[in-house]
Amino acid sequence: MSQKKAPYELPIGPIHPALKEPINFTFQMNGEVVEKVNFSPGRAHRGIEWMGMRRNPVQILHLCDRICGICGVAHALVFAQAVEQIADIEVPDRAYYVRTIIAEFERIQSHILWAGVAAHELGFDTLFYLAWQIREESVDVIEYITGNRVNYGIMMLGGTRRDITVDMFPRLEQALQYYEGLLEKMVNLFLNDKTIAMRCKNTGILTKRRALELATVGPTSRASGLAMDVRIDSPYAAYGDLDFDIVLPDVYGSDGTGDVYDRIIVRIFEVKQSIDIIRQCMKQMPEGPVLAEEKYAKLLMNLKKASGEAFARVEAPRGEDMHYVRMNGKQEAPEMWKVKASTYSNQMAWVEILQGEQIADIPIIVASIDPCMSCTDRVAVVSTDGDAGIMTKEHLHRLSVEKTRRLQA
Amino acid sequence: MELLTTIAGVVLITLFGIIAGLFLIGVDRICAARMQMRQGPPLTQPFTDIRKLLCKDSVVPANAIPSLFNAAPIVAFASAVTVLFYLPLGSILPVGTPLPMIGEYGDLILIMYLLTVPALAMVAGGFASGSPYASVGAQREMVTMIAYEFPLAIAIVAIAWRLAVEGLVMPFSVNTLAANPIWTVVGPVGIIGCILLLIVLAWVTPAELSRIPCDTPEAETELCGGLLVEYSGRNLALFSLSMAAKLVAMAGLAVLLFFPWNLSPVLGMSGVMAAGVDLIFFLLKVIVVMFFSVSLVRVVMARFRINTVVSLYWGWLTTIGLIGMFLIILDGSILSAGCFL
Repeated sequence: MSQKKAPYELPIGPIHPALKEPINFTFQMNGEVVEKVNFSPGRAHRGIEWMGMRRNPVQILHLCDRICGICGVAHALVFAQAVEQIADIEVPDRAYYVRTIIAEFERIQSHILWAGVAAHELGFDTLFYLAWQIREESVDVIEYITGNRVNYGIMMLGGTRRDITVDMFPRLEQALQYYEGLLEKMVNLFLNDKTIAMRCKNTGILTKRRALELATVGPTSRASGLAMDVRIDSPYAAYGDLDFDIVLPDVYGSDGTGDVYDRIIVRIFEVKQSIDIIRQCMKQMPEGPVLAEEKYAKLLMNLKKASGEAFARVEAPRGEDMHYVRMNGKQEAPEMWKVKASTYSNQMAWVEILQGEQIADIPIIVASIDPCMSCTDRVAVVSTDGDAGIMTKEHLHRLSVEKTRRLQA
Repeated sequence: MELLTTIAGVVLITLFGIIAGLFLIGVDRICAARMQMRQGPPLTQPFTDIRKLLCKDSVVPANAIPSLFNAAPIVAFASAVTVLFYLPLGSILPVGTPLPMIGEYGDLILIMYLLTVPALAMVAGGFASGSPYASVGAQREMVTMIAYEFPLAIAIVAIAWRLAVEGLVMPFSVNTLAANPIWTVVGPVGIIGCILLLIVLAWVTPAELSRIPCDTPEAETELCGGLLVEYSGRNLALFSLSMAAKLVAMAGLAVLLFFPWNLSPVLGMSGVMAAGVDLIFFLLKVIVVMFFSVSLVRVVMARFRINTVVSLYWGWLTTIGLIGMFLIILDGSILSAGCFL
């Protein structure tokens, strides 16, 4: 019954067709308009960091593949970078290029997957089927290179586990040409379609200033006009040798309002950019090995002795992905491993961009930052009365002090 | 005796409505799937779905109003089927043929009112579910209904008015419409008007049936099914059946208004054979109408916001409808003026 007075409360989640992963939104509604937004993540916490801190770095590397089903290589790459810094492992140049090629194919498949999800959220299922059919090609190429469609398992500390040889280039080139041919069609379907433009333009606006203040990353911040991309700001892998520019929404003549439409522009044109980057990589790839240390036993010995802390970041398809690792030189497992995925930075933007919008736009706005809850969730609060409540900093501090006491006893 | 034939007519037409409606939904799903590069479900899928729903429990939410919640699907189904009693199914007319004596006193105006009843029942059921999703869906359904009723009324009134100008006694009667296809009555200006009205009717159909782009009351990704979110089991089956019957009714209405021709006079058949052939031909026409106004539209468009639905129907379609009506009036005046000269 609608006996609830306006504003009424509309819960979305933890399980809802608009959400691909569990998260709980509570909206204060006035008719069809959102007045206030509240959300509580923590429904997809799997204790991956806890598991990692009981394993050796090579095992963690493969655990990293499983943090997220879409950006599998991003987490593994950033973790490898952090550990390589601590243990002073010299990565062969060729491995950098292999890493870059995989990372860019991952970006292509992630962005096209997102485009399909966005179309579905808008109720445009035909485009959803089309996008996911197109995506298959990049997944096929990733399988051709790594042997797996998801959880690639190609990263290794000090390089990669497989090489991309010259005789594999024709297959990669074929995929790139496939995407080049379709790009115009994609631009036409997503950006020139009347219904999509009607739904996405001036929806979920995140201004440049607020994007900066909320510390958003990746396509979300670039769509608001912030020129930031880890690949250019602090180059890793082979990105330092390559020539490419940050994609901003003005590539398609948008004035950079930072709406959902701009986020579609950025993602679609980043697919184009990735094609270009992979081409450059294939052209410039140096000869040589792809792995610094082939013997695992020796590698593990070295890692056990390594001590220090490192912090690495990469540009995952969704934005900046950071890992912090600390090793003490006494045990195999790292003393500390912290994962900060891109959605962690982007999720606070929801409160901003959902306010004042209609119910109809909630799904597409929520999806527009390409959220990944399984990357983000670090904690799940379980209480006997079923109410998680709000954890203040003081409360968390008291809990950790209590736990330290318990461990010491 | 008359009572018996009436009962037989009711049962037969109800069965026809259910079977034809589910068949149409199956065809629609296959057409849409093929356009989306998918295989799609088998033609029997809607029947299987209904059978499965009928076997399941109907869950009534704790904060629902059970009487209203359970009555809504029955009212919706009954009214959707009732519309079919008043529509000609091929050459089986509501009046004059021996079988369905029930529709004798109905005309287009009654059909228009009956078409709103399933939607009203769904609104009542939605409000009675006690879920915020269903409440929002019910509000949206009401708004959608208000939006599309006016263009629909324009289309129907304009055509009936033109028939009245032609000197026909009962322009709103279904038999009159079936016997005098509008295209043969109007002149060249009227034909343009009729095409505009056909466009209006084709656009009213997705809204009437809550299909994309006007499926805002159900909106899977927004409201997880909206009005129907709390419905399950038998109640949901009844709503699905009423949707199926409504699909036949809406497409049948378009066929009646714009394509009422039959095949049997051309083939020179009569009797039961003719009725059978015409019924199949009617189904074919219904499939064509449904393909263009439901399947094709839902494949090529994204869902509208509710305010877009209102501005589209009240702004654009009402304008197109009024222009169409104006052209038809102009056509009527030209022709009658011609008679006087």
